[in-house]
Amino acid sequence: MSESTQLVPITVTVNGKAYQREVEPRLLLVEFIRATLGLTGTHIGCDTSYCGACTIIVDGDTVKSCTLLAVQADGSEILTVEGLEQDGELHPLQQAFSQNHGLQCGFCTPGMLMSSLALLAENPDPDIKDIRKRLAGNICRCTGYQNIIKSVQAAAKSLRED
Amino acid sequence: MYPAPFRYFRPSSLGEAIKLLSELGDSAKPLAGGQTLIPVLKLRMDEPSDLIDIARLPNIRYIQNDNGQISIGALATHANIAMSEISKQVPIVRDCAGGIADTQVRNRGTIGGSVSAADPSCDWPALLHTLDAEIVCQGPNGKRVLTIRDFILDSYTTALTDAELVTEIRFKVPENHSGGSYIGFKKAAPAYPAASVGIQIALAEEDVCKDVRLVLSAAGPKPVISEEAEAVLRGNSLSKDNLEKAAEAIIAASDPPSDSRGSASFKRTMLHSLFMKAANIAIDRARGNNIIGAHEYV
Repeated sequence: MSESTQLVPITVTVNGKAYQREVEPRLLLVEFIRATLGLTGTHIGCDTSYCGACTIIVDGDTVKSCTLLAVQADGSEILTVEGLEQDGELHPLQQAFSQNHGLQCGFCTPGMLMSSLALLAENPDPDIKDIRKRLAGNICRCTGYQNIIKSVQAAAKSLRED
Repeated sequence: MYPAPFRYFRPSSLGEAIKLLSELGDSAKPLAGGQTLIPVLKLRMDEPSDLIDIARLPNIRYIQNDNGQISIGALATHANIAMSEISKQVPIVRDCAGGIADTQVRNRGTIGGSVSAADPSCDWPALLHTLDAEIVCQGPNGKRVLTIRDFILDSYTTALTDAELVTEIRFKVPENHSGGSYIGFKKAAPAYPAASVGIQIALAEEDVCKDVRLVLSAAGPKPVISEEAEAVLRGNSLSKDNLEKAAEAIIAASDPPSDSRGSASFKRTMLHSLFMKAANIAIDRARGNNIIGAHEYV
């Protein structure tokens, strides 16, 4: 099928850096980020739009990057977990997850961090219900949610005090 | 998981999109938010030859209220709708828009995509029955307007003809002393509901029902409605007895499949409790109380 060789040029900005690539239309955004750009911090968990491990931020909104085509992200600004750290310093959310045992195996953590980041951008002082509701699309199978919620609250506090 | 290969087009206008769909034939598919279509493609349940990306078409993402006549552009996302003024004014819309899947999916999925997909578990087709909504479609032969009842024909089957696209959803703000509620039960936020119920009630005077719309979702190949169940309530008292009778009548008209979300008998039991809960919230809201209620999950 010669159609399968169609390549579409796309331009995206990921963590502040612009990339131009030619991609096959069926390439998933998460594969583009991981395999084409080599940014493997974004994880593929269920690959069915369920678990949220692949959550990234596209033009300010969280999305599940396993359920987006790379071509759909053409022209957009993307933030992945690699973009959280600034000048070798972990983001307050990352520090809070580390200090509050917000992760055990860490597989869901990149998605948890991106969803939490979007939440705190909208609501700097979320209560437990707000956090649970916002993280409902991110599944953790080992840490349990108590410490994740504690981590988000700790990060919110530290960001408010900044 | 990878979709089978397809060609990709991103037309810049609605006219161009319809022209492309019409030229490429029915192996071409429109792509909006992709939250239903992309999982289907990844599972290879469908292998379209071409995807026409309509997500960026201009001026189809609006949410307007023109003197009580609501029009929602087909490309408005569930998140856009959940956060809109319409959701504040018509709580049943907020229940639905804010209860679909999770934030990530609501940020991408569109109302037009949801009604066009006509998945029996999707919430919009059912919800729109409670508001007697109209679906505006545009295709090679121009524009036409269908009621939601005439639009949803069967599971995954709509009245859309070749190269026709949904462009707008219309409904009226319910009259004063009305209230509605839409509740589904699902095992986790990103899951499809095992069962959902939508109820929109207008009160004549305290506890007497002036008019009512009842709908069940994920309870058959398409949204379940029942004139008989509505007739039990219309003009009558909204007593517990009458609500039980109406619930019984509409559940008798349902045909929930036994599947991974539960057995048919579990779903019937679930529909009954969701019905009573939604009815009580709808009645409370019709009395002017602000009750928060949406999908429930464990």
